[in-house]
Amino acid sequence: MNEEGLIFEREVPEGGCLPLPGDEATDALAESLLAGVALRAQPAPLPDVPEWEVVRHFTRLSQRNWGVDTGFYPLGSCTMKHNPRVNEVAARLPGLARVHPDQHPAQVQGMLRLLKTLEEALAEISGMDAVTLQPPAGAQGELTALLCFQAYHRSRGDLGRTRIIVPDSSHGTNPASAARCGMTVQTIQSNAQGLTDLSALDAALDDTVAGFMLTNPNTLGVFEPQVEEVCRRVHGAGGLVYCDGANMNALVGVARPGDMGFDALHFNVHKTFSTPHGGGGPGAGPVAVKRHLEAFLPVPRIVEGADGMLRLDSEYPQSIGKVHSFSGNIGPLVRAYAYIVNHGPLGLREVTERAVLNANYLLSRVREAYDLPYASPPMHEFVLSADRQKALGCRGLDVAKRLLDYGFHAPTVYFPLIVSEALMIEPTETETKRSLDAFADALLAIARECEEQPDLVKEAPHRAYAARLDEVLAARRLDLRYEPEEEG
Amino acid sequence: MAYPSELKYTEEHEWVKVDGDTVTVGITSYAAEELGDIVFVDMPGAGATVAKGDTFGTIESVKTVADLFAPVSGEIVAVNEALEDTPETVGEDPYGAGWIIKIKMSDPADLDALLSSEDYAAKL
Repeated sequence: MNEEGLIFEREVPEGGCLPLPGDEATDALAESLLAGVALRAQPAPLPDVPEWEVVRHFTRLSQRNWGVDTGFYPLGSCTMKHNPRVNEVAARLPGLARVHPDQHPAQVQGMLRLLKTLEEALAEISGMDAVTLQPPAGAQGELTALLCFQAYHRSRGDLGRTRIIVPDSSHGTNPASAARCGMTVQTIQSNAQGLTDLSALDAALDDTVAGFMLTNPNTLGVFEPQVEEVCRRVHGAGGLVYCDGANMNALVGVARPGDMGFDALHFNVHKTFSTPHGGGGPGAGPVAVKRHLEAFLPVPRIVEGADGMLRLDSEYPQSIGKVHSFSGNIGPLVRAYAYIVNHGPLGLREVTERAVLNANYLLSRVREAYDLPYASPPMHEFVLSADRQKALGCRGLDVAKRLLDYGFHAPTVYFPLIVSEALMIEPTETETKRSLDAFADALLAIARECEEQPDLVKEAPHRAYAARLDEVLAARRLDLRYEPEEEG
Repeated sequence: MAYPSELKYTEEHEWVKVDGDTVTVGITSYAAEELGDIVFVDMPGAGATVAKGDTFGTIESVKTVADLFAPVSGEIVAVNEALEDTPETVGEDPYGAGWIIKIKMSDPADLDALLSSEDYAAKL
């Protein structure tokens, strides 16, 4: 293993670090304000490393990273599509990049118009009536929508609705968001096809149910053919239906959750509309709702006056309040706008069609070598099981690690929970037939290796920067703090 | 995989060992195998009361986090504190040193709903 070490360990005896900016006057001011309160008794132990060594260190680290700009990245449920560079041009336009959210609305009409237009586009794409751009991530979008559900029931004097139902295939964020709202969560089993079991749903529905959360297509990548009936039954029991929009890359321009009967959904614009993500953000999770939930959306809302001027309006007494400062994570929102406008309606539809085609082509190439526990035709992603390989001693994790040796990012593993040894693969529309074939060839080769030389797979990766990491040790004895050795 | 015949089992892949009015609870070897390497067991303190079917803790592996369900109602009279430092024991010795809690039953009839080792194995 080629050990890069920490920046602290790259200190050289002769030093060479440029002095930090500062002057005596500033030091004296800091002293007068902070002495005895927050001023260090000793200088901070910053590493004395020449600038070029700092640049080299972080450049080398960045080269070890694997991103969609490096190669194929079929991380299921994450939609790692190409981020068009025109998005970056848009985000860097001075009129967008250099405005401040505290400026008077009259000075930022361009930005407000962009955000308003994005709201309208997302409403059209989802078949909903109103949108908030404030939530900075999908999970916070879930939280925002569930708070709106609670406010809706409360506004009707319907105070006993404290439960949320989720299928056992749901993203973990769904029950987590519901619990965060103080609601109790009931998980219902999927049917033999991996779809919502209507009788299990019926058994769970009563007048204590606030709502049902469903991903469509679901986390198996399979479209719920009975989604309209699901929505009818939940509505019939007085509940609301939430669409987890993580898989919108299978629907945009073709089908609209609002038309299916959903009351609300979130978009992961960083997935569906191509803004860089991974490593925790930044993202954006706008929430789109039907008219009956609009009054509860976060404030401020962007409102157009009779004179055509846009302003920020917080006079919505039933609003759940703010869920983020100002108007949300503007950077990803500008990029999403650029992506939507650049593609246009037909272009977005083509994106969806190609994403679905790519997933189905890839599946057709590998399905003989791996198990496919739920055989319904998938949409934009599919979930294999490595059970056959596990019987030979190679788990799903081992297959994933071996893919690194072939020069690919691993798929999502061990999710959804209803598939044992799950390998969840989402190629996105980005990939060419050539890269899909190369990945399929690798999966087929690994399936053969599991039969012929399983140790090669079990001990992978062999060609990555780091060998197999000890995940148990990393989870149990997480060590994130550098402590200099005492000088002896 | 072996499921000791002297133990009783739940559909949530837990085992129960009856000793008078007290039961010892752990997870089965099947559950341990499915979870993979276990990194953390979150348990309540002794003295807490639980109702049958309640979540009383969680068990975390490198793959997932799973709920632990009370197989019977009663008062928790002991927790396996050694698991704080060595949670891997649950996977290494699930029916022995990897036990999780002991519950003093409030209603021994709760035992009637538990599965025999044969019935449990048949459900897998």
